[in-house]
Amino acid sequence: MTKDEGQSRIAHYAPRIMHHVSRITHQSASIPGPETIERREYPNGMVVLVKENFSNPTVVIDGTLRFGSADVKREQAGLASFMTDVLMRGTQRRTFQQIYEEIESVGATADVSAGLNASSFGSKSLAEDLSRAIDILADVLQHPAFPEAEVEKVRGEILTDLQERADDTRRMAGLTFRELLYPDAHPYANSGTGYTETIAALTRDDLERFYRERTGPQGMIVVIVGAVKTDEAFRIWEDTFGNWTVANNHRAALPDAPRVSNARRKSVDVPGKTQSDLILGFVGPPRSAPDYFPAALCNTILGVFGLNGRVGAKVRVQGGMAYYAYTSLEGGLGPGAWSVIAGVHPSKVDRAVELIRAEIKRICESKVPAKELADNKAYITGSLPLRLETNDGVAAQISNMELYGLGLDYLQKYTDMVNAITAQQVQAAAQRYLDPDAYALAIAGPTSK
Amino acid sequence: MAIKPKKKATRRPKILSRDGVLKAVLDNGLTVVLKENHNAPVATFWCWYRVGSRHERSGITGISHWVEHMLFKGTKTYPKATVDQVVSREGGVWNGMTWLDFTTYFETLPAAKIDLALQIEADRMVNALFVPKEVESERTVIISERQGGENYPQFLLGEVLHATAFLVHGYHHETIGHLCDLQSMTRDDLHSHYQTYYAPNNCVAVGVGAFEAKDMLARIDKAFGRIKPGPALPKIASVEPEQKGERRVTVEGEEMTSYIDVAYRAPDARHPDFIALVVLDAILAGLSFGGGSTNASSRLYRALVDTELTTDVSGGLVPTHDPFLYIIGATVRQGRTPAEVEAALDAELQKIIDQPPAQAEVDKAIKQAKAQFAYGSESVTNQGYWYGFSEMFADTTWFEQYLDRLAQVTLDDVHRVAKEYLAKSRRTVGYYVPKKQG
Repeated sequence: MTKDEGQSRIAHYAPRIMHHVSRITHQSASIPGPETIERREYPNGMVVLVKENFSNPTVVIDGTLRFGSADVKREQAGLASFMTDVLMRGTQRRTFQQIYEEIESVGATADVSAGLNASSFGSKSLAEDLSRAIDILADVLQHPAFPEAEVEKVRGEILTDLQERADDTRRMAGLTFRELLYPDAHPYANSGTGYTETIAALTRDDLERFYRERTGPQGMIVVIVGAVKTDEAFRIWEDTFGNWTVANNHRAALPDAPRVSNARRKSVDVPGKTQSDLILGFVGPPRSAPDYFPAALCNTILGVFGLNGRVGAKVRVQGGMAYYAYTSLEGGLGPGAWSVIAGVHPSKVDRAVELIRAEIKRICESKVPAKELADNKAYITGSLPLRLETNDGVAAQISNMELYGLGLDYLQKYTDMVNAITAQQVQAAAQRYLDPDAYALAIAGPTSK
Repeated sequence: MAIKPKKKATRRPKILSRDGVLKAVLDNGLTVVLKENHNAPVATFWCWYRVGSRHERSGITGISHWVEHMLFKGTKTYPKATVDQVVSREGGVWNGMTWLDFTTYFETLPAAKIDLALQIEADRMVNALFVPKEVESERTVIISERQGGENYPQFLLGEVLHATAFLVHGYHHETIGHLCDLQSMTRDDLHSHYQTYYAPNNCVAVGVGAFEAKDMLARIDKAFGRIKPGPALPKIASVEPEQKGERRVTVEGEEMTSYIDVAYRAPDARHPDFIALVVLDAILAGLSFGGGSTNASSRLYRALVDTELTTDVSGGLVPTHDPFLYIIGATVRQGRTPAEVEAALDAELQKIIDQPPAQAEVDKAIKQAKAQFAYGSESVTNQGYWYGFSEMFADTTWFEQYLDRLAQVTLDDVHRVAKEYLAKSRRTVGYYVPKKQG
């Protein structure tokens, strides 16, 4: 999966509550920060961050590698994810079955999976099995064998999945949307999973070459969270990854992704279905954009808060038109999409689009009222403790801090940063990225128009 | 039902058990299950009602789920669709769920705000308005939810499979309900269902998180204690007769991919054989419970996916109040047929029918369960789910003793349940295949 920042977090209290006796210690004490996270950089280019948590007996590893489907040309679309799927299929020491027998026999999970700009790997296990999990990850990342028979098995699985995709309205809307939104030459226009013809044409050598050129410790981020002593975690990781010194290639810069300048609409016929899926959207800000925070708050207002924000209120709650209608802001290392997603009856598509465009127009033209702004801030700041409840949640946050250079005190500053956002900034972000008359609209359903 | 003034302010709930978990019953019949967890400054609160598709008859299928939706559509205190906003603005997450045996609602909040959940749930237990206009607006939302499901072959196959496996019992229809029922049910049908099943004596309230259990119990008593108990609940008389012979169904669609589901009649969760079936499922297709794990080292993965007949395989065993199904499902790989998959599945199942598994396989299942349990315990929401869910088909001891009972399962137990429950005569085989051309 792509390492994208989702919504976010902490506590602006607008107490409308009764009588509570709070026994909670001051919240910043429980929020991970420089006092509780240890970070080390290594000569081979990897950065390792460890946060102890002995409240439960598990350990999570959340790793990031600096390659993704954005590094692949259209004619090889699917290469990155095909390669990562095969990584787990055999090493110089272990067969596919041995890898999974070792992992599953202790109830652990381990995986490597390609994303758009960055790819991820990781594991989850009981603390007593951490060494085993790391040993497997080291083996699959450093010594993959790309067994010919496994390449063919995976190829067949991907081709079957692509066959299913062609019959899936949600996935076809997503595929069509990206093709409409980004220029042909932009890698974001391509499918990360690939296409029948590209998957059929990729060879074992293609996979191995992509692995050799792109997979290495340079820029690798590893976050270890759970019931393991910090020194012990570093020691195990250094023992298994410290001598990994291959040089992974530097990446080409992404081409420009200009704003959409007109209303583009494309329908894909998926026969035999009862419902259409639509995605209407824009090129959004990368995580590093100065106006990312106001844009993220704007997204929460538009299609997240409560039962999916303003869009949900109009399309679902008042319109009774859809079971789901919400928005999504990808953020991430590049200019990801900012989109509205809804599933409606084919006869209601035009009406739903009208309502969605009206909400986009409203958020561009009028400042968000003070109460609504305060409610949305309270939601994204107040829900931070919920996101930090599990080791996975904490690891994902620490990984984001490192990947986007946010600083180890990011979560501790988070509430103040969110609360400082003004209605003007939200409106400016809306005006910069959204436009009720210039968008990409993809529809996948039973009848094409 | 109206909220009546409390007779005595000094009333004390009866505490039933206290083994890390506080369990009590209020005077009005509300069961309360509380577990302290101070790992993070969060808390979750759930209300579980014993009403689901099990309690529905022909003509009102899907009614429990629709009622669940209406509980988000307004009371006097939280008019229209404001309840979700009230929770969100306090940094909380919330949801409602309906299934075979239950309907449930939860809020997970920063611990200092958890009283809000108590207020919301106590209010909507009895004060949901069912405004006609909102009922109509939600009718089309639910039809859209159903139609979204219909876009997926797995939903369409599952619906026909369940309907074929059950002739009598409420488990024969999907929780979402039939389209014709969703089109024809009235506001009064919904309201009457609500009045019948929503009462403290048909509810289990569950709290897990950073609170003090006794203090929390007092607050729950304050919020819920004044609600009057409802009348006796309708008895569910339907008993599914014994299945005598294999049943087969085929669903045709426009899709290019084929799917297979094979459903074996399984015992209810309290039946002594259920726990041995959990181990059998883990050996065959990876442990169902917990989710998120891979199953590439399971027997059926090796027999079906490794041999390039399917692209996945799953085993589904659900703890239920009444006997339900153990369903093995797979996506047929391009160029293969469901019949080929079925033959390979039968051959693999025959091995465990003929011979007990190895001790190592049982040990692996137990270790997997232990790990899943630890992962699940990280989240108060997940714990709240299991404490409440287990009350819907047994009681909390089912959940608490799960690992211990699993550890007692023997090779002979697994072998015996394989022979008994994997019999072809008690299964329903379903194929989803591309529509024949011409």
